[in-house]
Amino acid sequence: MKNQPLKKGIKAPDFSLKSTPDQEVSLKDFLGKPVILVFYPADFSPVCGSELTLFNEVLPEFKKYGAQVLGISVDNIWSHLAFIKERNLHFPLLSDFNPKGEVSRLYNAYLEEDGLSKRALYVIDKDGVIAWSYISPTGINPGADGVLNALEEL
Amino acid sequence: MSKLIIQPNNKDHIQGNEKSNVTLVEYGDFECPYCGEAYPIVKEIQKIKGDVLRFVFRNFPLSEMHPYALHAAYAAEAAGKQHKFWEMHDILFENQENLEDKNLRLYAEKLSLDIDQFTNDMNSDEVAKKVQEDIMGGIKSGVNGTPTFFINGLRFDGSHKLDSLLKAIEKIKFKNTLNEKPTS
Repeated sequence: MKNQPLKKGIKAPDFSLKSTPDQEVSLKDFLGKPVILVFYPADFSPVCGSELTLFNEVLPEFKKYGAQVLGISVDNIWSHLAFIKERNLHFPLLSDFNPKGEVSRLYNAYLEEDGLSKRALYVIDKDGVIAWSYISPTGINPGADGVLNALEEL
Repeated sequence: MSKLIIQPNNKDHIQGNEKSNVTLVEYGDFECPYCGEAYPIVKEIQKIKGDVLRFVFRNFPLSEMHPYALHAAYAAEAAGKQHKFWEMHDILFENQENLEDKNLRLYAEKLSLDIDQFTNDMNSDEVAKKVQEDIMGGIKSGVNGTPTFFINGLRFDGSHKLDSLLKAIEKIKFKNTLNEKPTS
């Protein structure tokens, strides 16, 4: 079942990843509020209306639910920081860089043959349980509709 | 499959045959280069399909990335208040590099709009609300970047090249015709 995301009702596996050279972010830091995990293949993909740009625009809506967005890819921290600056992103990007793809694998969100994270989305409730999950077909950006619906239903 | 949750309605800007059962909806950003690339393609599709296609444009400015996109959307809506939405829509896409407020005003002058009214409308809550409603409707329908197209209510995830869009439109039309109930 590696092609399926982890299902609703499962406790979200905890992880700690770097967001800056000296900052680690753990999933458990956010207990008490919903978390949106956005796994994506790469920083700087050549699409202007990219997934992360869209989620950045929708941030005010997510905030209404008190939700925290975390982007995750296998890019290194320096790439993430440059990407955040270029796209004016207002949420952290976590680096699943070493060991490469470990957290993406935990969430069935790793594409072994390409060595990249898939486009997977998770909504995790305030108790750390998966409330909704989705893996988008390769090459298709998921919108934010599924995440918003899931937040509404929490 | 993401679906359009707000059907074309009287708040929309619509080109083509209003009664057509083939509808192309674009969520677009006047500053987005990919929307700029799609602009002549949509025009071409309209030329080819003219009589059978209904085209709807809705605003989806990516304001965090495109500093002038939101005001450009306001300008199009403000021009719409003076029945010149599509004229402004075209000017904006044809001048994507020049979308500062002073440019927008110039385009309004070019379209012989009442400038005082244009300025008032650009700054009005009504226009801001219209654009915000477009954005929210788009997000909830699964807009996944700009431009996002919906063909008869279904998000079109294929390439935005002419042949790919045209093929998709023709396919949907065919399906609809099959499902159509006799009118008598």
